[in-house]
Amino acid sequence: MMMNHFPVWKNLLIALTLVVAAIYALPNLYGDNPSVQISPLRGSVINSSLLADVKKELKAEGISAIKEELSDKQILLRFENTNDQLKSADIIKANLSNSYVVALNLAPATPQWLRSLNAAPMYLGLDLRGGVHFLLEVDMEAAEKQSVNRHASDIRQFLRENKLRYLSVIVSHGNINIKFRNQEIHDKAVEELTRQFRTWEFTPSEDGAQSPVLVARMSAKELKEVRKYALQQNIITLKNRVNELGVAEPVIQQQGDNRIVVELPGIQDTARAKEILGATATLEYHLVDVKHSASAAQAGRVPIGSKLYNRRDGGVALLKKQIIVTGNEIIGASSGIDSDAGSAMVSVTLDGPGGKKMSNTTRNNIGKPMAVVFIEHRTETKIVNGKKVRYKTVVEEVINVATIRGHFSNRFQTTGLDNSGEARDLALLLRAGALAAPIDIVEERTVGPSLGQDNIDKGFNSVLIGFALVLVFMAVYYKTFGLFADIALATNLVFIVAILSLLQATLTLPGIAGIVLTVGMAVDANVLIFERIKEELKNGNSPQASIHAGYEKAFSTIADANITTLIVALILFGFGTGPVKGFAITLSIGILTSMFTAIVGTRALVNLTYGNRQVDKLKI
Amino acid sequence: MNDQNTIKIDFLSKRAIALVISTVLLIVSIGSLATQGLKKGIDFTGGTLVELSFAEPVELENLRSLLKNADFEGAVVQHFGSSKEVLIRLLPSKALNTAALSNKVLDLVNTKFSQKGELRRAEFVGPQVGEELTEDGGLALLYALICILIYVTFRFEYRFALGSVAALGHDVIITLGFFSVFQFEFDLTVLAAILAVIGYSLNDTIVVFDRVRENFRKLRNCTPTEVVNISLNQTLTRTIMTSATTLLVLLALFFLGGEIIHDFALALIIGVLIGTYSSIYVASPITLALGISKADLIIVKVDQEELDKIP
Repeated sequence: MMMNHFPVWKNLLIALTLVVAAIYALPNLYGDNPSVQISPLRGSVINSSLLADVKKELKAEGISAIKEELSDKQILLRFENTNDQLKSADIIKANLSNSYVVALNLAPATPQWLRSLNAAPMYLGLDLRGGVHFLLEVDMEAAEKQSVNRHASDIRQFLRENKLRYLSVIVSHGNINIKFRNQEIHDKAVEELTRQFRTWEFTPSEDGAQSPVLVARMSAKELKEVRKYALQQNIITLKNRVNELGVAEPVIQQQGDNRIVVELPGIQDTARAKEILGATATLEYHLVDVKHSASAAQAGRVPIGSKLYNRRDGGVALLKKQIIVTGNEIIGASSGIDSDAGSAMVSVTLDGPGGKKMSNTTRNNIGKPMAVVFIEHRTETKIVNGKKVRYKTVVEEVINVATIRGHFSNRFQTTGLDNSGEARDLALLLRAGALAAPIDIVEERTVGPSLGQDNIDKGFNSVLIGFALVLVFMAVYYKTFGLFADIALATNLVFIVAILSLLQATLTLPGIAGIVLTVGMAVDANVLIFERIKEELKNGNSPQASIHAGYEKAFSTIADANITTLIVALILFGFGTGPVKGFAITLSIGILTSMFTAIVGTRALVNLTYGNRQVDKLKI
Repeated sequence: MNDQNTIKIDFLSKRAIALVISTVLLIVSIGSLATQGLKKGIDFTGGTLVELSFAEPVELENLRSLLKNADFEGAVVQHFGSSKEVLIRLLPSKALNTAALSNKVLDLVNTKFSQKGELRRAEFVGPQVGEELTEDGGLALLYALICILIYVTFRFEYRFALGSVAALGHDVIITLGFFSVFQFEFDLTVLAAILAVIGYSLNDTIVVFDRVRENFRKLRNCTPTEVVNISLNQTLTRTIMTSATTLLVLLALFFLGGEIIHDFALALIIGVLIGTYSSIYVASPITLALGISKADLIIVKVDQEELDKIP
């Protein structure tokens, strides 16, 4: 006789899973504290004396944190309310040097015992907590061009150093054309260059030409490397820049082979964020060409090895092409006011090699003028014949020409900037490093904090009410069995929340919709089982046999139905971006957990209620 | 035969009527999709969207003329949810230097308009990204259908697979058609909803097919039409119950979930209704029309015994 009994271990296992799920779902009930996060930049350290200083400063202003946490990586100060939090952040920012990042954060108020179990609340998406999402595209053409230009200058230098006289080295259509006086030098150069520039392909010209031309091309492998490098370098730079902005928990990730996702939770000043992320401003230091006249160059006679630049304050300047140092060699920069001229300036610190180069140049050129070139990439869109065309322009202007008065190396000042705002931004960009290639913002989504809160409230409400409606409906229609299904449904919700918390998956508004939909569809399995049991009873089977047969026969149907839905959810996950992905994640998790709770969970309850005894009638 | 196998509702006798209804709905949907298309949101077209919230109700005319005078021509301005909230859309062709546009609009409103607005949401999607999303969305749909075709063929039989995929196509086209006819906005979340509809409708169809397969093996004296009819009746309560609970939560989402989730819920509500209808009147009749019979579903175990007899 069918007894519908689960062995004790099975019941215990189900209870254990439930307890584990409940523990990991628990952190979501604690909410969060407005807090300030202090983290170190470039070699500065976080220690207890810093924390003591910060506490003293706050105390002087009459604010105290409800809790301070000190770790190797950061100091976290939790506050009672956002008012205290904002005030404290201002005080701390004013007192700490800019070798620390001070960021606002909503730190989860998870109790210690839960944190020691690695339990943490779900990570809320930007649509729920407010913030900005950017999709940035790296301009790979520019990256390739830069690399080709760099190699052209390396090749020139190499040929000079090896006494291989060339007529010209010209970049055209991504190739470098090297012209020689005769075949003999050409042949020798091919041999030497091939050995030196291994990642480049050299195609010799046909024999017998008057002045043979050697064509150099980047190999496909090298091209890939250049693109990879540009992307990775940009990600590093963006990370530094985001640090400078003071954002807690930013996300900076590669997407595809030329895009970068940047998510900045909680940030409000999107205009500034955009300016800083996309900015390409950098500096280059050149010597002024004093042997030739700028006006002659302006008339078209630009000497080889020199280049004509516009000056920001009007007029032109003729500079040597050779760069003394670039922005990439700058490791420290801060803005200020030049006490002599009263204008905005940037104090610059160079790295070792940069300092050495600057030292050599200034020692040998005392009394000669040096120029600072400000370089910025800009994208402008114009309508040409009704079609949008994007123009990329590079602005290069001389912001300052000064005579080298003495020998200096790695620390000096640069003046000539328009205002202190420009100086501040330039200093920030020089600190964070230059982008390896310009980037364009191809997608932006900003959610204000009030909308975020609205979304949480509304999403939460609709889950709650939809859930309650289903509970009532099931209890009314299936009576005792309906209550079993209700318990399974509630457990299912706990499971979904627990898994989302464990995976630290991002919960978004469509994600909440996915949960709601799962709630609606999760009862399907139970409906199938209960309808089967009813049929079996109608066929004249005993209650115990009906329960057994109901679960048995419904199983393959449930499995087929759920697997097909899972296929759809997985495809959604694979193809979707942002919101669609969030929906797919919760839907997939919901399908899996609902199969467990609806089949195994309710069976355990049914067995505990009806199993192992004589049953005359089922309340179904 | 006991009483549960008697046919309470003769669904299939009305399949001619269903055929007419489905045909009309499909023609209207395809016609509308071909002529006026979908009102695509900026997710697909690219462009800029700014949602502002004000303390007092806003006269849209004033805001429109302000924007027009400031060279934001072609800006679409509408209330969103309440008269205090405004949605401003700028198409990509008018959007020069697009990424900075949302801030410009906000600045303009805060300096020139009768009251200051609070930024609720700003979105900018580059035209390139929009095109890729359309492509990815279409591909996702296609791959979902192919995977389902394979799975159902493998688990059931190809006629069932064709029937279920036809039903899915039917559901997707009519749901899209609904959005086209009424010119509701079609954005990424609606696309997600359509894909979820596929999942749901398929779920429904599989449950019916599962019963059809079981009954073909059990009821040896019935015609295929009778078998399908009996199966539809046996699964009817389940079909209604599941649709009802799903619709309950969807209605909660529709009315309480807020503006952003509104269209998503709407698409799912339509999809669930159409999906329930199609699993009864599209999937099963097509499978029948393709000539499914019990011979196709007899369990192959018999073959083993036959083989054993061969010396």
